[in-house]
Amino acid sequence: MESLTTRSVMWFVLLILAVMAAALAHDAAFAAQMVIVAIAMGAFLWWTLYSSKVDTAGNWLRAPSDEGRYDDDPVRWGVIATLFWGIAGFVAGLFIALQLAFPALNIEPWLNFGRVRPLHTSAVIFAFGGNALIATSFYIVQRTCRARLAFPGLARFVFWGYQMFIVLAATGYLLGVSQGKEYAEPEWYVDWLLTVVWVAYLLVFVATIVKRKEPHIYVANWFFLAFILTVAMLHVVNNLDMPVSLLGSRSYPVFGGVQGALVQWWYGHNAVGFFLTAGFLAMMYYFVPKQAERPVYSYRLSIIHFWSLIFLYIWAGPHHLHYTALPDWAQTLGMVFSVMLWMPSWGGMINGLMTLNGAWDKIRTDPIIRMMVWALAFYGMSTFEGPMLSIKAVNGMSHYTDWTIGHVHSGALGWNGMITFAALYYLAPRLWGRERLYSLRMVNWHFWLATLGIVFYAASMWVAGIMQGYMWREYGADGYLVNSFVETVSAMWPMYVARAFGGLLFIAGAVIMVYNIWMTIFGHIREEKPLTSAAYNPEADRPLVAQPAE
Amino acid sequence: MATNKRIDEPTGTETVGHEWDGIEELNTPLPRWWLWTFYATCLWGLVYVILYPAWPLLEQGTEGVLGWTSRGQLEQALEDVAEDRAPVMAAIASTPIADLPLNEERMTQAVAGGAAAFRVHCVQCHGANAAGSEGYPNLTDDEWLWGGNMEEIEYTLIHGVRHPGDPQTRTSLMPAFGRDGILSADQISDVTDYVLSLTDRGSANAAGAELYATNCAVCHAADGGGLRAFGTPSLNDAVWLYGSSEEDIRTQIVAPRHGVMPAWEDKLDPATIRMLAAYVHSLGGGEDFMEVAPPAEEADGDE
Repeated sequence: MESLTTRSVMWFVLLILAVMAAALAHDAAFAAQMVIVAIAMGAFLWWTLYSSKVDTAGNWLRAPSDEGRYDDDPVRWGVIATLFWGIAGFVAGLFIALQLAFPALNIEPWLNFGRVRPLHTSAVIFAFGGNALIATSFYIVQRTCRARLAFPGLARFVFWGYQMFIVLAATGYLLGVSQGKEYAEPEWYVDWLLTVVWVAYLLVFVATIVKRKEPHIYVANWFFLAFILTVAMLHVVNNLDMPVSLLGSRSYPVFGGVQGALVQWWYGHNAVGFFLTAGFLAMMYYFVPKQAERPVYSYRLSIIHFWSLIFLYIWAGPHHLHYTALPDWAQTLGMVFSVMLWMPSWGGMINGLMTLNGAWDKIRTDPIIRMMVWALAFYGMSTFEGPMLSIKAVNGMSHYTDWTIGHVHSGALGWNGMITFAALYYLAPRLWGRERLYSLRMVNWHFWLATLGIVFYAASMWVAGIMQGYMWREYGADGYLVNSFVETVSAMWPMYVARAFGGLLFIAGAVIMVYNIWMTIFGHIREEKPLTSAAYNPEADRPLVAQPAE
Repeated sequence: MATNKRIDEPTGTETVGHEWDGIEELNTPLPRWWLWTFYATCLWGLVYVILYPAWPLLEQGTEGVLGWTSRGQLEQALEDVAEDRAPVMAAIASTPIADLPLNEERMTQAVAGGAAAFRVHCVQCHGANAAGSEGYPNLTDDEWLWGGNMEEIEYTLIHGVRHPGDPQTRTSLMPAFGRDGILSADQISDVTDYVLSLTDRGSANAAGAELYATNCAVCHAADGGGLRAFGTPSLNDAVWLYGSSEEDIRTQIVAPRHGVMPAWEDKLDPATIRMLAAYVHSLGGGEDFMEVAPPAEEADGDE
């Protein structure tokens, strides 16, 4: 791919193939998807020819000159993509929250709840979260290995291929292309694309680790590696299916019935475990000690909780299928492994929070540290709530209610959202060579808006879910069920409105972040009063005394 | 390796000696409470998998010492509820429906049970508030196609309406006057006009009146009041099953639609059907029995 001609010919061939696939497609949706691919290939072709004349990539990115140490362009793109998809995903979430409160907003057929809901979940998990993970992993692996990114061409393919995956998945949902598996909705051709991209991602990451100049592999990289490897396995197994035609958007899965359900939730739960937990713990393990300027609390804890977490997590999926056709023994194991997972999960929270030992005052003075602490607090809360909800007696009440939605969002908004925001704030001035962020006070505003939003969201969904669960099983004095389903739905209306309001606050915070980082990239610095006027007295800072080993 | 160990000043803990991009790690031991809680959950898990079905073997999973199954738990829960209800159900089943309103407590229980069963079996067609919708009769008013006292309602519940396979089902069939060519388009317009005139709309024309008398009155009655023997709706009031506009009425004359209701005899026990009858009767439009004079708070006959 060295020469201009080779690259141009490659894009041109792909463009022709996409046009042919669109022309011969068996269904309209597949044709539309192939037209999108053709447009993308055309754009790449144009860019290849255009950028050969002018070196524009660096200009529009406003990146500082490459000193040869680290390859940070894919990271910069990743930061921008994270911001873009973040806003898109949050807005889609607000829209479907409003649809639940005001059903008239279901615009048939492209914007009904059934199509926008996977758009929201995929946009926030895979587009926002995924770009954040790819960007931070490329940033962290280079620095903690003291090595420049391996296979730079492949790294760029990972970024752009992943964006292609997102666009195809998202437009597919709106066109009604879905294989109906939660968090694995994209159809076979999008799955195949993601598989190729993901293997490339693994290659770039592992090759960078292999050429490291550090004797040891830092804990963040263990977590990233576990995340990349396991997601590859989960994705491939859960998407084993047979396309009806190579020119159509339909396929049939290999696993059906209860086996299909078990594989789906083995995938679904470990998407949470390895994408949203392990991957983001990797971010935490780098950015928290860097921002706090303190050593990681405990090396031993990081080893024990890493191995116990990844060993236990992979078995916990069946707790999504309590009281279903899944055999009882599988339900039991899912529940037992979930409960045992409690402390391994908390190991990450302890290691993150206690890293502030000796720098606790920064919670008061540094809004980015405050976001990290809040993220860890929500991480701890959700990883306690999860094992609790996996217990059959609790699950019998909570399952299929909005409590689950509240649980997911306290983790997603609180943990994944907050730690990502903190990482973006850390990265922006460093990637663009700025003295500092445009405004630290805006970070503070973002923190409080997001926090308030999460409180509205989680609290309203907890109330809605628990109320719903108890209304479903409420018996009157004569031994008859009291409520019809629709009565439980109408009882939740105020909570649905409160949830949408919480989402609005969360988006408002994110919009402030986009503006702040935008201005940082353009090199502006806001004239503002420093965040704190209280002086720091090191004498008064009394860290917790370490316990003696037994 | 591990040559750069030092004591971290604020915490007094030794570092492990590695360093990555400025990040060091302390050699803090595992927090004891963390470790012991982890052991405790593992121990609990060990006990739990002995007590409950857990380990997959060649043919099936282990059954657990307690003999618990999720299906068993469900059956037990259903049995418990049934046991709680049993005395009331037995009493209602052995009370003839005509006597039900005489016992106020029994009647209250029947209405409560009927309300619960209604939410499960009836709301799909008749709506959560029993007000029905186009093609599905409203059960809260005093217009009854097949009779509105508790006995009649119970009969309709037991045998259904136009339910195939039940010889005693409520049944009637209006001819498709237009589709089958019984009346011409002009004649249908005349009859439509005449039907509209029964509710003071349209024009009462002589041709329409005569067509009505020969074709319709036998089932819908001369004054349009309907006949319960045929389950025919009245045409002279504000209640319309398939819409009240001229177009709606014409459509119904050309090719009538007929509602169907299942015979619940096959699906529900007699006590539940009786309770449903009591509940539907209590919704507001229930009628008295002809011969019994009940104490009557529920039954406010306004026939």
